[in-house]
Amino acid sequence: MLSNFPLAPPSASNFAFEYDVLFYGLLALTILFTAIVCIGLIYFTIKYRKGSDADRYRPVYEDGRLEAVWSVGPLILAIVFFFLGAKQFIHMRTPPQDAQEIYVIGKQWMWHIQHSNGVRENNTLHVPLGKPVKLTMISQDVIHAFYIPAFRVQMHVVPGRYTSLWFTPTKKGEYHLFCTMYCGTQHSEMGGKVIVMEPKEWAEWIDNGGETRPSMTMAQAGMKLFNRVGCNNCHGPESNIRAPSLVNLFGSTRAMANGPSVVADEAYIRESILRPHTRISQGYGESMPAYDGQLSEREIIELLAYIKTMGSGIPVAPPGSPAGPGALPAQAQGTSQTPMAAGAIQYQTERPDITPTTRQGRPAVGAVAAQQEAVGN
Amino acid sequence: MSVTAVRPADLPEKPPETVNYLNVDHTIKSWLLTGDHKRIAILYLISVSFFFFLGSIAAGLIRYELTAPAGWVLESDTYNKVFSAHGVIMVFLFLVVAIPAVFGNWLLPVMIGARDLAFPRLNLLSWYLYVIGGTLIMIGIINGGTDSGWTFYTPYSSMYSNNNTATVLLGIFIAGFSSITTGINFVVTTHKMRAPGMTWFRLPLFVWSMYATGVVILLGTPVVAITLFLVVLERTLQFPIFNPELGGDPVLFQHLFWFYSHPAVYIMILPAFAVQSELIANFARKRIFGYHFVAFSTLAIAGLGFLVWGHHMFISSQSMYQGVVFSLITFLVAVPSAVKIFNWTATLYKGNISLHSPMYYALGFMGLFTVGGLTGLFLGSMGTDVHLTGTYFIVAHFHYVMVGGTLTAFLGALHYWWPKMTGRLYNDTLAKATAILVFLGFNLTFFPQFIIGFMGMPRRYHYYYFAPEYQAYHIMSTLGATVLGLSLILPAFYLTKSLINGPRASANPWGAHGLEWNTTSPPPPHNFEETPIVTDEVYDFDPVLEYEQDQEKKRREPRHYDDFDPQALAENEPKLPDKEKN
Repeated sequence: MLSNFPLAPPSASNFAFEYDVLFYGLLALTILFTAIVCIGLIYFTIKYRKGSDADRYRPVYEDGRLEAVWSVGPLILAIVFFFLGAKQFIHMRTPPQDAQEIYVIGKQWMWHIQHSNGVRENNTLHVPLGKPVKLTMISQDVIHAFYIPAFRVQMHVVPGRYTSLWFTPTKKGEYHLFCTMYCGTQHSEMGGKVIVMEPKEWAEWIDNGGETRPSMTMAQAGMKLFNRVGCNNCHGPESNIRAPSLVNLFGSTRAMANGPSVVADEAYIRESILRPHTRISQGYGESMPAYDGQLSEREIIELLAYIKTMGSGIPVAPPGSPAGPGALPAQAQGTSQTPMAAGAIQYQTERPDITPTTRQGRPAVGAVAAQQEAVGN
Repeated sequence: MSVTAVRPADLPEKPPETVNYLNVDHTIKSWLLTGDHKRIAILYLISVSFFFFLGSIAAGLIRYELTAPAGWVLESDTYNKVFSAHGVIMVFLFLVVAIPAVFGNWLLPVMIGARDLAFPRLNLLSWYLYVIGGTLIMIGIINGGTDSGWTFYTPYSSMYSNNNTATVLLGIFIAGFSSITTGINFVVTTHKMRAPGMTWFRLPLFVWSMYATGVVILLGTPVVAITLFLVVLERTLQFPIFNPELGGDPVLFQHLFWFYSHPAVYIMILPAFAVQSELIANFARKRIFGYHFVAFSTLAIAGLGFLVWGHHMFISSQSMYQGVVFSLITFLVAVPSAVKIFNWTATLYKGNISLHSPMYYALGFMGLFTVGGLTGLFLGSMGTDVHLTGTYFIVAHFHYVMVGGTLTAFLGALHYWWPKMTGRLYNDTLAKATAILVFLGFNLTFFPQFIIGFMGMPRRYHYYYFAPEYQAYHIMSTLGATVLGLSLILPAFYLTKSLINGPRASANPWGAHGLEWNTTSPPPPHNFEETPIVTDEVYDFDPVLEYEQDQEKKRREPRHYDDFDPQALAENEPKLPDKEKN
């Protein structure tokens, strides 16, 4: 009976504990103040009800000291909780340097996820236990929001700009993944699950291409695209004549011909591909064609992944060679045959009778989209 | 010349009714072309009750659908249109309008001793704009509907939503001007039309709050009106503002929208504070504790309310530093709200409290608004907001403020001023029972939503078959909504009955203080027989004296002493004709 009334979500990330401390702190504050007000109301209402014999002589109508107490007291508490909340938020928005990057594209009504070695999955995210993960996200149509309650992380996924979030999973299991920004008819079905695996199992899973065997890593796909759409004609590794070389571009500060210098982050690189004339590197002219509307979000992300590797020392094997273990983070090596923990959704094991993947004889739209995507690949 | 002899039996039993604003003229035209603020308020009362009824039906459908993880009757598309209709109707046609346009309109001139609002014809225009706006919204909802929620986030609303969003947006645009005209009227009337002796610090707190509401309406509403109009332009003419595919910025919409819609929360709750101050003072029979602090906290809330809109957007990709500033100011707004609650509670201390049905609502308001306000801190604190925003926690929070606060205050105001507005008394016992049922039903509906929100249930979800652990709470919530819905039907019956055969109310059935109680119930068309001159302070009660008089009366006639019955109060009131000479 009581199991039907769970009171808190599972706690499965590095943020969960500090989050819950703050949440329950605020909860205690809420209960305290509500109790003060309610007890005061009930006590006074009974004691001073009309006709009671309570002492009403010398009533008070205004008292500066009392007003000061109940203004300054809440003010101090407010500033303390503001500070704690802001501190945690800044922590949540500052991913560690060694976080493993995964790309997410949101579209009506599915999540498309791509790992760095090219493994793709839809509406499911496999992550290794205990390793920081950074998601770089963009939407292809309307605003979505990527939300994993068990990790206490949520971020809007906006068309036209990258957003990111990060976490370190701390507990094995399967957890809900939701879209929390209303995005149209099948909004409630735009979700799936996050599966946290032992690093060894995860390495094996991604080695074997997850559920679909990738032909190329993301960087390889990006390299192929880089050559196909003609980026290499001007932005080749050695050339600096018509356009700047992109070696070591990512994260560097670049001087601009038409404005202040910028740090070359994801947003800048995206803008330079789609609308190159908005900001031009010093010493170069408006010679690059704009790729706005010609590349899909996935292609842009692949280009980005490739450009990030340029000069970083990580060699990108030419496209066509199979994705080798070299494309994987070093810690993800190893083999283990342990099957994934079953039924790790926290509250209930799966019950087929209440989990219709079909509705009125038709498969749910989210499921159809996922299948089509899988076939398309 | 004939002389008609009058025999005693021909004399009417009651003296003929005095002329009041209700019986002065009976034609439909006299209502539809009236300039009387009291009649316009009654027109508003009827129309907002109608839209509230429609919005409640949508709410009932939502709650019924959510008892099953995969729904019962609605398709997802229909469900989305239903919750959007619920939000649009309740926010733009009920909450924003209800208390200011009904009770503000009716009471503001009476409370300051004026004959009418400053611009009576503008006031009538505002009702017509409201009706035209409401009709357009209903046409939009019936003829295709909108499924973008009441927030109309772009680019979904401007490019992707495939239905009649533009008509609904135009309706809101027009209804916005209805608010603006009301706001102008309130601000000008408060400044220019106070009776002799009615200084600023003799104003009832109701007037202070309505004044602040008027200012917020004037500064905020034009922004949302033009923003929604831009969405219409982008939808119909591909005007590139918000859609990134056209070169626009989708997050800009959120800034513009919340620049109004957060102050709009104060447009909805400040009038509730207005009612609350009157109810507490008059039923505790004591001057509001810390009158000046309550008055200035109202202005502080109205001012700071314009600087916190970004707390709706912590995770929307706005800059982290921007978020920090918005969060800090949000926490600062909590302080004047706390000041108000504490002052109202302290007013009860050494009062002489009579528990009639309006006071039940006032006490319920205090509890519900306290919970609603404090849970707002979870969302104003950036760290905790990340997990809770976009979930049922936020749904529960704003229903505690909007329903637990504004609707409760609306019902309290309706019960408190009903005898004044209609001249009739209703059954107070039934009214008290209703107040208790509303309180219980409300809590049962929305408290479980805090829990599923914390557990991660996203708002605006039609299905949750993949997360069946939420179902038990949804069923609880629907049970509560049933109780709430049924208990809201009760007033329709006993209030209508009071109009038909309720006892007549005296000029001051509650023994309250304030200019509105100095005139007859219902008042004459121009409120007062002659312009009142204010010589006493606001809420000039003397609980000690009243207590002593009570004791004296109790001692003398213990059997007939009944202090909890307004009908007895009405009978105790002298019914002598010399009353009219005053």
